[in-house]
Amino acid sequence: MPYTEDQIRNKLIKGLDAVHVEVVDQSDGCGAKFAVVIVSNKFEGKPLLQRHRLVNSVLAEELKDIHAFSQKTLTPEQWEKDQP
Amino acid sequence: MFLSRVSRFSIFMRSFATKPEEIENIVKRNKVVVFMKGVPDEPKCGFSNAVVQILRMHGVKYDAHDVLKDEELRQGIKDFSSWPTIPQVFICGEFVGGCDILLQMHQNGELVEQLKKAGILSELLNKEQSQDSKTKE
Repeated sequence: MPYTEDQIRNKLIKGLDAVHVEVVDQSDGCGAKFAVVIVSNKFEGKPLLQRHRLVNSVLAEELKDIHAFSQKTLTPEQWEKDQP
Repeated sequence: MFLSRVSRFSIFMRSFATKPEEIENIVKRNKVVVFMKGVPDEPKCGFSNAVVQILRMHGVKYDAHDVLKDEELRQGIKDFSSWPTIPQVFICGEFVGGCDILLQMHQNGELVEQLKKAGILSELLNKEQSQDSKTKE
């Protein structure tokens, strides 16, 4: 089942209280390849692996169909520093 | 030096490993174990290729398992690590992460540290040192 950028974004915002989410559909329309950047306070104090596990659990259902998925997980503080 | 290059890939092919205890044996058999799509010489997916390239840069020897050759292993490893995607990287029997995590660890220097803990000296360190000595000459 194909997903849209909005579906993924809404689910991440809801599931992670994310303050900022970027979703890019890289699949040329088939809806199964996404790259996301997520900024959330829930990542505070969590190592990378735990952050990614958290994201994976929010998208557990979707990841059964999405065959390519890359994620960046940042705390608001890290996100600030990242801005040019 | 020559020998270490030749033996860089010890590709271990074994099929029908589906039970958690069998997979545990596999991930503990070598210090670095990778589950990927394709083989190191011919990755069948960009994410798997990225992992291969990163490990190549560090000159790491590892076991590679092609999940495309074995559908049961493909599902088995996902269940074992509770991780939904391929590739998957294990160091010293511990699940490290997928492509995103390995790339970030590569960029922020954590990978060199983690390899060091496993008793593996990253070739990136050697290169830095040899460059240092060259500039001194």
